[in-house]
Amino acid sequence: MNLYDLFLAPFMQFGFMTRALAGAVILSLSAGPVGVFLMLRRMSLTGDAMAHAILPGAAAGFLVSGLAILPMTLGGFAAGLVVAVLSGLVSRFTIQREDNSLAAFYLISLALGVMLVSLKGSNVDLMHVLFGTVLALNNDALIMIGAIVTVSLVALALLWRPLVAECLDPTFLRSVSGAGQPVHLLFLALVVINLVGGFQALGTLLAVGLMMLPAAAARFWVRSLEAMCALAIAISVVSSYLGLLVSYHLSVASGPAIILVAGAIYVLSMLFGSRGLVSSNLRPRRHRVA
Amino acid sequence: MSAIVIDDLTLGYEGHPAVHHLNGSFARGSLTAVMGPNGSGKSTLLKGIMGALKPLGGKVVLDGFGQRDIAYLPQIAEIDRSFPAVVADLLALGFWKRRGAFSAIRGVDHREMEAALARVGLSGFERRTIDTLSGGQLQRALFARVLVQDAPVILLDEPFAAIDERTVADLTDLITHWHGEGRTVIAVLHDAELVQASFPQTLLLAREPIAWGATATALTADNLRRARQMVEAWDDQAPWHDHDSDHSHGHHHHPAGSGGAH
Repeated sequence: MNLYDLFLAPFMQFGFMTRALAGAVILSLSAGPVGVFLMLRRMSLTGDAMAHAILPGAAAGFLVSGLAILPMTLGGFAAGLVVAVLSGLVSRFTIQREDNSLAAFYLISLALGVMLVSLKGSNVDLMHVLFGTVLALNNDALIMIGAIVTVSLVALALLWRPLVAECLDPTFLRSVSGAGQPVHLLFLALVVINLVGGFQALGTLLAVGLMMLPAAAARFWVRSLEAMCALAIAISVVSSYLGLLVSYHLSVASGPAIILVAGAIYVLSMLFGSRGLVSSNLRPRRHRVA
Repeated sequence: MSAIVIDDLTLGYEGHPAVHHLNGSFARGSLTAVMGPNGSGKSTLLKGIMGALKPLGGKVVLDGFGQRDIAYLPQIAEIDRSFPAVVADLLALGFWKRRGAFSAIRGVDHREMEAALARVGLSGFERRTIDTLSGGQLQRALFARVLVQDAPVILLDEPFAAIDERTVADLTDLITHWHGEGRTVIAVLHDAELVQASFPQTLLLAREPIAWGATATALTADNLRRARQMVEAWDDQAPWHDHDSDHSHGHHHHPAGSGGAH
């Protein structure tokens, strides 16, 4: 087996592999930066909760028209937004903090979603919805992912400064602008559409992995926000490629393979990153004179 | 002439007042220190003036300028210092009113930032990440942002908390300079000596206003003692405030064990 067979042939010979790679790579372009902001806003677990929250919507779409893309995507988007807004409202008008109300809503959503799928579908369908079918991405799905990523990148570019201000110095932002709350909601909507984009390929439960793991790994290497976003995208792309390759050669499930590669990069970054465990503990005890 | 009129203002959280029936005004071009024990409503008052907190009662009237003309310096603790931003990012937020949320920061803005950083003794710090700054350096950077905002009204929330003497002296000079330029400055402070030396006006707050006027008359030992005696804890048993009836506050005694500071 030569290098071509090992690294390129799967993607050249099989259309489903090419589309899988294209889908995951395109998705990486926006999932990376969105994940970085989620992490910096200390909302990693919120992302996880939102990933569960889109399930009942996707399941409702599945009930109506089977494993078709558009109904499931729209359903997931609607359900995600409803949960995001509801948990925000609950934390605002009751004593419950937002993380608690998110946890409550996502548990309800997960149970509801699984029950809805099981009403009509088999366990295989359930596995598809929960863990995705990256190898079954068709052209419609790719167009959908492309549209989602385009919208996300434009929105991120426009919201960049308010988002940075809202993370860095929220009280100051309130003194110069009323944008804080709308920006927060728009950002949650961005998280939801990226999760919905990812769930075709990776399933509702793993979609958040392509967001959080590369962002968390990037933080061990670079300091600036821009570099973090760029590196998160790169890690995401590499994970997609290597994950699909592993999945092809070892005949293992593709979604989990992608996320496991991202997980491996995270662990290596944590250990050996320039800001990771080893380098901060083994750094020679020299220091500059000033 | 008054720049900010406080009209029977009550501010608070979850129905509990943190600032209670405050009346008075900040004159245009005045330099006022707001003093009082922890939990006395000083920071709450600033948030009320800048419009981040809706009053439970009464109102704040801004005369001759809008809420967006206020430069607000938050407590250092409210800034996420682990966020991967550089000093220039922090300062650039000061251009919000001029450049809005979307338009680019220009070359002339960068020169202005450089000048502001030089003014607070942080020349060459533009590209430093904020997690590498000391508390004093971060406070200087926040003052530089106020310079960049170039606002007629300046609110400073505990600008000197945990800052060394040298920094306090430098930044107090800057505040005095703003006062000289005719800007209205209100600062939340804890150091009575500093206030007596550099702040002509004082508002002594203990949820209820204790004294408000010239520092020499407001900041007496007697007034300070009265401020310290204020009840710090919220009283969950406190009767709801009836706007029509006459009442006296600050005399609700806590049931045993509720932990009020008497």
